[in-house]
Amino acid sequence: MSFTSIGFLVFFGILVILYYALPKKIQWIVLLAASYAFYLFGGLKYLAFILFTTVTTYLVAVYMDNNHKKQSAYLKEHKADMTKEEKKAYKHSMKVRDRIWFLATIIANFGILFFCKACLVDPLRSSSAPVISFLSVGLPLGISFYMFQSMGYVIDVYRGKAEAERNPFKVALFVSFFPQLVQGPISKWEQLKDQLFTPHYFDRKTVAFGLQRILWGFFKKLVIADRIAVAIGTLKGTEYTGMSFFLLTAFYAVQIYGDFTGGIDIAIGVGETLGIKMPENFIRPFFSKNIAEYWRRWHISLNEWMKSYIFYPITVSGPMLKLALKSRAKFGKFGMRLPVYIGSLLTWLGTGVWHGFNLHFIVWGLLNCVIIVISEELAPCYEKFHAKYAWSNTRAYNVFQIIRMFVLMNLIRATDLFNDVGDYFRRLFSLVWNFNWHVLWDGTLMELGLSAADYIILIAGIVIMFLVSFFSRDEVSVRVKLQRIPRPVRYTLFFLLLVAVILFGSYGIGYDASSFIYNQF
Amino acid sequence: MRIKPKRKTEKRKLITVIAVTVIVCAGILLLLQGLLMPKFMTDIKEGAMIQEYYPNAGNNDVIFISDCEVYENFSPITLWEDYGITSIIRGSSQQLIWQSYYLMEETFKYEAPKVIVFNVLEMKYNQPSDTGSSSQREAYNRMTLDGMKWSLPKINSIYASMTEEEKEKDGIWSYVFPILRYHDRWSEISAEDFKYLFSRDTVTDNGYLMQVGVNPVGDDYPVIPLADYKFGENAYYYLDKMVELCADHGTELVLIKAPSLSPIWYDQWDQQMEDYAAEHGLRYINFLDKIDEIGIDWNTDTYDQGLHLNVYGAEKLSAYFGKILSDDLRLEDHRNDPELSALWKEKCETYANRKETLEKENMSSVK
Repeated sequence: MSFTSIGFLVFFGILVILYYALPKKIQWIVLLAASYAFYLFGGLKYLAFILFTTVTTYLVAVYMDNNHKKQSAYLKEHKADMTKEEKKAYKHSMKVRDRIWFLATIIANFGILFFCKACLVDPLRSSSAPVISFLSVGLPLGISFYMFQSMGYVIDVYRGKAEAERNPFKVALFVSFFPQLVQGPISKWEQLKDQLFTPHYFDRKTVAFGLQRILWGFFKKLVIADRIAVAIGTLKGTEYTGMSFFLLTAFYAVQIYGDFTGGIDIAIGVGETLGIKMPENFIRPFFSKNIAEYWRRWHISLNEWMKSYIFYPITVSGPMLKLALKSRAKFGKFGMRLPVYIGSLLTWLGTGVWHGFNLHFIVWGLLNCVIIVISEELAPCYEKFHAKYAWSNTRAYNVFQIIRMFVLMNLIRATDLFNDVGDYFRRLFSLVWNFNWHVLWDGTLMELGLSAADYIILIAGIVIMFLVSFFSRDEVSVRVKLQRIPRPVRYTLFFLLLVAVILFGSYGIGYDASSFIYNQF
Repeated sequence: MRIKPKRKTEKRKLITVIAVTVIVCAGILLLLQGLLMPKFMTDIKEGAMIQEYYPNAGNNDVIFISDCEVYENFSPITLWEDYGITSIIRGSSQQLIWQSYYLMEETFKYEAPKVIVFNVLEMKYNQPSDTGSSSQREAYNRMTLDGMKWSLPKINSIYASMTEEEKEKDGIWSYVFPILRYHDRWSEISAEDFKYLFSRDTVTDNGYLMQVGVNPVGDDYPVIPLADYKFGENAYYYLDKMVELCADHGTELVLIKAPSLSPIWYDQWDQQMEDYAAEHGLRYINFLDKIDEIGIDWNTDTYDQGLHLNVYGAEKLSAYFGKILSDDLRLEDHRNDPELSALWKEKCETYANRKETLEKENMSSVK
């Protein structure tokens, strides 16, 4: 069930009524039932996947938590009669017991994810046909998202950072919570555990904010992302190089921003309407000045996950610290940073593979990694540069940095669009040898599947999207700011937004781009 | 616990604000929907025909139900003028058998006709996918379905007609809220949309869509052999349901094949209908076999080379069929009924005026 379908709106409307009308004690049970109903709309055949993850997550977390409690009790009881070495040996033996089941759970679940990504869908995504022909079930709904969320919880319990939940149905809700099931954000147990299970009373303002955010998500997805998708489909044709390729990268930036942030707006808005605040997944990413900053603002929950559960554990692991010492002796300061490079490389490889088992995703990850590592290594040079030249600290230079980042990120992101990496590089280099400016005025733009009216809607939509981002620069949302204007004006604005979605949205008969891009991950 | 008066007033104020906001927004959206929905008043009139039934329902002895082979070939006005038979056509472009069945079901909610006439060309379409591309099919479906009033037959007809694309997308919701289907017509809005926002003209004469042009039949239409001539199971399923429905209401179902030269009506198809009619005790008339008896002249009585009759052909066919209805089926002549006479007098005048206007327009376009 797509977030932008009428079916979903009806489903959500019924849920909101039941959620606030039924006794507060059973609110979370209503959410669990709704989440499973939502999941089952995607197909009964996927149920086994999410049940397996839920059951293994619950069992291993409780098992490890019991061990932690036993360990604490035992150590407390034998505090006086145990030597330091004995305590260490005991802790180690307990850790080993944890580790066996912990690794088994992690391997089993990520094994399933690996299997699904590698075998249940065509890696080239040119069709929905699976690699193994008899496995025609397709990718289970939201598997990458709920898997990461569940495994994050398991790792936190393993590390002793979180306590295991004893009620299996509450774990089931955490794993399957429907707003974030389809495309995130990937939440941590600590972020959701209290909110999911505590009573929520109907609050007009909270519900209104949630609905406003959903509407804004619809606008970004249906009016902007799905409209521009038509031109992207055309520009992917082999004959488009040079300036056309450049346009493609910019169009794709608009599409993926509208699509992904729109989807997340709907997800967060749905949560907010139900009184549950999920973590933000984007903080005005296109206002970043460099790629590293961009990745701190784009798909934040995935990057946080990667940082917490891959990058840091790798860089501070025992073998890595030993390697750092060794390489420092050989290569000096540069050698000391070797674990960071290896950690970054593996994290970006992981991020690439998370998107799919395709060479272009791996190239995409490596390009990001290389640029970020080089930027970090050159940081002292930048500092000197900024210290020396005062104009490099002006607002104009900041704008230049933002545009530079936008263009560079567009070029990297465009790898998504080409299953053939060679084709991507051919077009990338065409920017150097064949920058055919004339496509801007020779009528090519009108042959991309968009009419003049479409361009006007797109430009207006992008301007609105930009202004909303711009006025949120103090991290106070535009919705909060709109509270200050008179109610009739505010209502009119939101009604106009609704009308814009209904009239200018790309949906219904004759429109193809309806599913969210990140649904496929 | 008693609610304090101030809180009570605030609550009431809030409910009023919300109610007014919802009503105003819904009103504006309804207005927008009305504006965006195609009106079918000028070029393509077929989309406006189904809704014209309701003001004329209630006292018709004969109901014609089918596609263009009835709404362009039979004239209820002629049936009235020549035989005093009250009739109406419930037809739309590319109407499919299940749509005809549900229109029939709906008709019985409004009146109890003595005869229902069904044109059997519809048997050739067994599934929605049999009739051109999905988007074409959907557009034709809308012409039939949008005009129907909400009822169980309409809902069933929607579910029976929806294309795969429709099922995957908005499903029935775009029928409940047509703005979801026609939202992108904002770029095509014309003066016609404003003119007919609140009321529409009548484009038919009791369901008959008049054509006055003349375009004679040229070469014979090629008879392309088919791999399988047997009508589909789904088509038979709905035909069976029609038979049952009419029997339940004591209405005589008459199967006809209109005298249209294309699409080709194969002998094998004709035989199947003959057999079906014989088996179920129905009257089946293939008017293609009676061209000479009717007096159709393919040089003057068709406006599109024999696909459909023009008004002159339709009047001849109606006069011929009226005799069958009157003599064989013994339908009553209502011309002496003062109430009906007054009603039909008005209809006849409208018909005559329309004919005159169209003939003038046709003459000027020929010149």
